[in-house]
Amino acid sequence: MSELSQLTPKPPRDRSDLQLICNMVAEGSKVLDVGCGDGSLLKMLSDRKNVAARGVELSQAGVNRCVAQGLSVVQGDADTDLETYPNKSFDYVIMSHTIQATDRPKVVLDEMLRIGRQGIVSFPNFAHWLVRYQIAMKGHMPLSENLPIPWYETPNVHFCSIKDFRGLANEIGATVEQEIAFDGEGRQLTGLRGGAMANLMAERAVFLLSK
Amino acid sequence: MQMASKSDPIVDADTLPCDYAHFGEDTPLKLDSGMELAPFTLAYQTYGTLNADKSNAIIVCHALTGDQFCAGVHPITGKPGWWEMLIGPGKSVDTDKYFIICANVIGGCMGSTGPTTINKATGKPYGHSLPVITIADMVRAQVMLLDHLEIPDLFCVMGGSMGGMQVLDWAAKYTDRVFSALPIATATKHSAQNIAFHEVGRQAVLADPNWHGGDYGEHQTSPHKGLAVARMAAHITYLSEAALHRKFGRNLQDREAVTFGFDADFQVESYLRYQGSTFVDRFDANSYLYLTRAMDYFDLAADFDGQTVNAFANTKTRFCIVSFTSDWLFPTSENRQIVRALNGAAADVSFVEIETDKGHDSFLLDVPELFETVTGFLNSAARQRGLTSWAP
Repeated sequence: MSELSQLTPKPPRDRSDLQLICNMVAEGSKVLDVGCGDGSLLKMLSDRKNVAARGVELSQAGVNRCVAQGLSVVQGDADTDLETYPNKSFDYVIMSHTIQATDRPKVVLDEMLRIGRQGIVSFPNFAHWLVRYQIAMKGHMPLSENLPIPWYETPNVHFCSIKDFRGLANEIGATVEQEIAFDGEGRQLTGLRGGAMANLMAERAVFLLSK
Repeated sequence: MQMASKSDPIVDADTLPCDYAHFGEDTPLKLDSGMELAPFTLAYQTYGTLNADKSNAIIVCHALTGDQFCAGVHPITGKPGWWEMLIGPGKSVDTDKYFIICANVIGGCMGSTGPTTINKATGKPYGHSLPVITIADMVRAQVMLLDHLEIPDLFCVMGGSMGGMQVLDWAAKYTDRVFSALPIATATKHSAQNIAFHEVGRQAVLADPNWHGGDYGEHQTSPHKGLAVARMAAHITYLSEAALHRKFGRNLQDREAVTFGFDADFQVESYLRYQGSTFVDRFDANSYLYLTRAMDYFDLAADFDGQTVNAFANTKTRFCIVSFTSDWLFPTSENRQIVRALNGAAADVSFVEIETDKGHDSFLLDVPELFETVTGFLNSAARQRGLTSWAP
């Protein structure tokens, strides 16, 4: 995740993906949030779902904030530190808006599904029509509420589309158990927009995977 | 405050304003060396009040040259206790909530059985004839103290450096009695470099003509010069290059120019000499040999088939590991080894690396992020344990 000491980037206002991830997680399960930032999701999971919540976060500021509020979080790097965990030691391993900031998303995804029975991944969809428009028509790297940081400062080094992510899941032999697409307001897209057109219409997506 | 004459710097046992637990011939301390120590005494200090169901007890383990007076005012030196900034009413380790027990380690020189203790068999101080003590021996003695106090288990065991080693031993071998563990700036084993520094210190003591094979007491003297050099060398390892530069740079000590001699021209020299000279007033040279040896011998994995992860298999203890960026004695990489082992055991672990230029000594200094970490960890552990009896 490079030397950037920023918190794992989260969309600025809307945290509906956290709400959704929270809904996906079974009561009382054991969860590892990789790139847990300031611990919002872990807090939500322990408060609402009574989970055994653990986190990994790159930034010292994020870890310290988490531990100071009583969350079990270790300072570590998704790219190098997941190997220390035993096989299937968690019910869920979650990466919320983190995978695009890792150096080796494929390895990280593989590791996630080794140590977790299921993996939950949310990420910004780089094939959203607005992104396509900004690049195709304006000739600029996209900037939006969902992708608020300019190219020269963003920790996001491996952008992908929903289609790309499905491809990666397939390549590592993972099963997509659930796939949910959102618009910019955090509303779940339904019908055609959330289905066949999701790669064009969704600003973000959440995948539930297993292997 | 001068506490004793130069020839006998160490306080008399049983005269300190603290509690003592005496263990008789029938309850020997079984040592790793295979020998037994009996009778023996632990000098300990407590802070706060034990609650009705005895669920709020914390053992604080001191570092190499620390002692049982971790909070409040030290009765001998008149200075604040070594963890006074962390422990006290309303502080991170809140004495209004928790019952804190801190014992001088076996082998120490602040009232617990150590080289200065009179060996009942000979009528003379143990000196160099005391069996070699290990970190596990120190912890075994603390376990006996806990039994003596009739406290079934601990809410937390915490400590830094050598204290952190004791915390790891506690958590590995007595996990059912340790609800949470807070090892700070420590390691699962003493590194070659750290053993090397200790050896320099020990050789400085042994080379002092006043050492007399460890029987300096009988000669009415003490290897002060050797011990002071040992302390000076060790003190450098507790700081960092950045901190030394920030504090002293190349500043001269009370002079305009160098004197072309070997007087303490530089402030840093003067500072180290002062550290060495004050240390010998409060610490016994033999104790220094024994305790540095205990740290050198520490290798947690050795008791678990060479695998640190086995030390924590099936542990239910909650852990929080803390390291400091500028600590090169117990660097983050060493602390991270503990985290890796705990992750491997699927343990509940937090790990915080705190950015500071204050070196290994950071765990004893005013580092607000350390206080916040300890507060957060203990509060959350208290919630998990259902420790709310102090709540308004």
